[in-house]
Parts: sequence; C-alpha cells; structure tokens
Amino acid sequence: MKIAIASGKGGTGKTTLSTNLAAYLSEKGKVVLCDLDVEEPNSGLFIGGDLIHREDKYKMIPQWKEDECTLCGNCQKVCNFHAVIQLGPSIMVFPELCHSCYACSELCPTSSLPMVRKKVGELVHYQDDNLHFIESRLDIGEEQAVPLIAQTNKFIEDTFSDDIVKLFDSPPGTSCPVIEATKEADFIILVTEPTPFGLHDLKLAVETMRELKKSFGVVINRYGIGSDDVISYCENENIPLLAKIPNSRKIAELYSAGSLIYKEFPEVEKQLENIHNFIVNEIQEEKA
Amino acid sequence: MKEIVVISGKGGTGKTSLTASFAVLGGKDVIVADCDVDAADMHLLLEPDFNDSEDFYSGELAHIDQNECIQCGKCFDVCRFDGIDVINGKHIVNTLNCEGCGYCARVCPTEAITNNPLNVGKWYTSSIKTGSIMVHAKLGIGADNSGKLVAKVKNEAKEIAEDEFKEYVIVDGSPGVGCPVVSSLSGAKFVVLVTEPSVSGIHDLKRVYELVKKFNLKTGCIINKSDINREITSEIEAFLKSESIVHISNLPYDEDFTRAMTNGKTIVEFSNNHLKKSVTDSWKTILRNVT
Repeated sequence: MKIAIASGKGGTGKTTLSTNLAAYLSEKGKVVLCDLDVEEPNSGLFIGGDLIHREDKYKMIPQWKEDECTLCGNCQKVCNFHAVIQLGPSIMVFPELCHSCYACSELCPTSSLPMVRKKVGELVHYQDDNLHFIESRLDIGEEQAVPLIAQTNKFIEDTFSDDIVKLFDSPPGTSCPVIEATKEADFIILVTEPTPFGLHDLKLAVETMRELKKSFGVVINRYGIGSDDVISYCENENIPLLAKIPNSRKIAELYSAGSLIYKEFPEVEKQLENIHNFIVNEIQEEKA
Repeated sequence: MKEIVVISGKGGTGKTSLTASFAVLGGKDVIVADCDVDAADMHLLLEPDFNDSEDFYSGELAHIDQNECIQCGKCFDVCRFDGIDVINGKHIVNTLNCEGCGYCARVCPTEAITNNPLNVGKWYTSSIKTGSIMVHAKLGIGADNSGKLVAKVKNEAKEIAEDEFKEYVIVDGSPGVGCPVVSSLSGAKFVVLVTEPSVSGIHDLKRVYELVKKFNLKTGCIINKSDINREITSEIEAFLKSESIVHISNLPYDEDFTRAMTNGKTIVEFSNNHLKKSVTDSWKTILRNVT
C-alpha cells in the first residue's frame, strides 16, 4: 500500500509527519519511507539506519557523433525543447533542456545522436530494523526533478512487495513533481497549517487531488495557532480530518535538532495512532 | 532598477511574510513579483486588485484525432513518457503524462496527431495596498513549472519598474533548487536567503547556496526563529562568515508572524514590538547592500 504525504505550501510539516509516522508504524511492522522531495530531501536528517545500497541515477541525453553527420538539421527541427541546436558546422546539445524523448536520436538519418546517460542524482537505501528508508537527491545544477522521482518510484516498485506499507514524502506545490510523486499512491495525506497561507495552498492541493481522482485526507499541523478556517473548510468539503498535531514551541525545538517528536509527546503519538487506525480501517479495506 | 530576490530552499521559514513586509516598507519605490507561482501566497497580504490578467501558454500537448487514427500503435511505441493509453483498442493521449515532445506526431503515418499549445496558468498585474504594483501568477493544476511562467512574471515586473522609473523590484522566489528557482535568480542584484536554525533549515540553505554560488550573486541571509536552536544558529553564522555572505539579521521565534498573517497583514503593519524594528532594520541592511 502506498501513501503519499503532500502539501501545497512548503514548510507545513510533511517531513515531520512522514518521519514520525514511519518510525511509529515501524514499531508495528515493516515500513518503507521514501523521500521524493529530491530537490531538498530532508527525511534522512531524522531517520537513521545502516546504508545497504547506493546508486547513481541517470537521465538519457543525445551525444553528437560528427563523423557520419550530414548536418541535415532534422534533430534541431524535431526537438520541441530547443535542447539540440545546429550552430554552423556543429550540433550542440543542452543537457539541462533535454527531456529524454529520443526523437532527435531515433529520427536522425545517420544515427549520429546516440543516447548516452548523464548523472542527475543519487539514490540511497538505509535500513533500521523494520524501517527501510530510501532517498533520492538531485545534483545541484540539474533542473528536472521528475525523471529522478519516476526512477525512485520504480526502485521502490522493484524492491518491495505490494503488501508493505510505503510512505512517500512528496515535494511541495501542485506542479509536475507533485503529480509524479503522488500519481501511483493509494491515498494522499495533505498536511496543512491553520493559517491563511496554509488554507489557500490546501485548496490548491485538494483541487489537484480531485483532478487526479485520488482519495485523500488532511492532517493539521501547528493546531491551535491561526484560526478554525481549515477545519470548517474540511467539514464543508467532506474531507476526512485524520489528525491534529498541536502547535508548540517545544515541538519546533525538537524538530530543529532532528529529533522525532512522538516519543516525547504522548499527544502526538495519539494522533499518529489515529492515522494508523484510519489506514487500517479505511484505506486497506477500500483497497481490498 | 535593482532586483532583490528572496529565496529559502526550505518552505515555512517566513520568506513570504518577510518579502511582503519589505514590499510595505519599500512602498511606492518597489515593484513586487511573486515568483512562487506554484503556491503563490503574497496576494493574501498585499491586497492586489487582479485588475489585469492574461493566459500563459507554455509547451504542447498531443491530441489524437480518432477519425484519422488507424490504431497502428507507432505513437505508443515511440513515447517514453507513458503518454499514450490504449483503451478499448483506441489510442488516446494521457494528458497527465504527455510531455509535449511531439515525437508521436512525427511518426504518425496518417497525421492524426496534432500538438496544441498548453495553457499552464494565468498571470496578473495588480495594484496593491502599498500604492505600487505587483505581478503575480497562478499556475494550473499539475502544470509543468518549467520556470517559464516565473521568468514571465519577473520580466513583466522589471519592465514596469523601468517604465515607471521605480528603484527596486523585489521577488518572492520559488522553493527548491530546480528550474523555477533558477529562473527566479537570474538577473538578481542581491539575493536574500531566509533560513531557520533546524537540521533541515541549514541543510537546505547550504544546498540552495551552492546553486546561488554558480551564478556569482551577492548574497545576504536572515536567520528566522533564531532562538529555537542556538547551536545551529551559531553553525549557520559560521557558515555565512566562511562564505562571505552578509549576515542581515537574526529574528526571534515569534507567533506574531502567524497572527499577522491570520489578520491579512504583514508583520510591519501588525506588530509594534521589537519584531517590527528588526524587520525594518533588515530591510535597511538589504538596501545598503543592493549595489
């Protein structure tokens, strides 16, 4: 079963929830936590374990072989992303613009643009008893998160069986990286805070999940600050409210030091139990 | 005209609350650009009138004309993005997966596939409560935030600033280290990094600074919530020193940030305590450094 933890707004507590929920659930059975916020992965700062696997991740880009090239210009013509440009007597490839569609390569009449791999990031796999943690990290200067997210999803698919609970810490926002991170999930937990920014971005995230036809619920972080507008919104929209994590400076301090909070806050542990019960009773049943 | 870009790497550090405060402090001298187009929030504090709006198109989406399609499957074979679904024997574009590369249309033997420009969102030019102008945008759901809409917002703001002889453009930048933030940074005269002293705050700060460094931009840093973890605050201060980043200010953990927002106000309009003074001093320090 796959559960993605997402939010419209950044900094609402996705990572806090992902890491605490993963650690809590691992007390009961095997759990996979995967950090798909490849631009700024943070879950690993809260989760330990032994490194059991590491691999470089690549995307495919064309590489010009001038020997056979007739400079016909077809490659430049077929590239919708301006990643292949003919400049005088040579063909230039701009790897950061390339979407790896293979059109230039496969439509080249002299096969002068074979696809080669280019490193875009790395994937690591840690294990601490029941808790498996997978993180992918985009190299600085690489601009496209989506291919790395897709490959990380594939790694999880190939490595773990279907019945294991998998949590995906997703990137913020509502654009393509989020879609890529959530499209395979059985259920999405949207984390928000009870503030105008939180509510505004939650609405965008809800719109996105409805567009994707996904089941989802909401967790309110920093509950007690701001207003009750988020709660009224969820009630009016019939969105299940799964848990409320209290607002507390002490929690902010524990988080800042990289500590898990539920072990020191029984109230937070109780909220995680609510989510666990929801997963067991609602999501697994719906899936079955 | 000088451009100040505020970014944070990590979300929730107070970037937008601070940028909106600077917009209020700068008043009529400052054109505002909200380049956090994926989760644009600044309009909640600056009361734009959404007076002028325009659709924004970027990229393409394939469409298969079923009257022309012979269901040969060539499009399916060449697509690397799972962008073609076969439903009841019919080839149909999966609009969520289609990357708009156009490869399918090029191999289609009956020219049944067309590529249509993709509406990825809207951008607005608004009058705001500071008496100035803000350029902002709303990215469509699941749209490709390739940085082009970010570039559009920024360039419009710069043009307005030049036309109206304004001194500054202040940009609320995008999160992360990918294309939108690269677009946010281009052309900046001074970059303001907003961070917090947490393990993730310092981690994201260092990553995003690695990116800023590639562009060789003059940079300053505000450490927000600096008192929640003194140890990491010291660590960040040491990092700033070693990289010759201007240490603009340390701000306290203060729930007035949230209270102000809940009241639809910026910190400098809401709070009368030392927080207001610290934010005002931060703005003055930024202005001294924009050259």
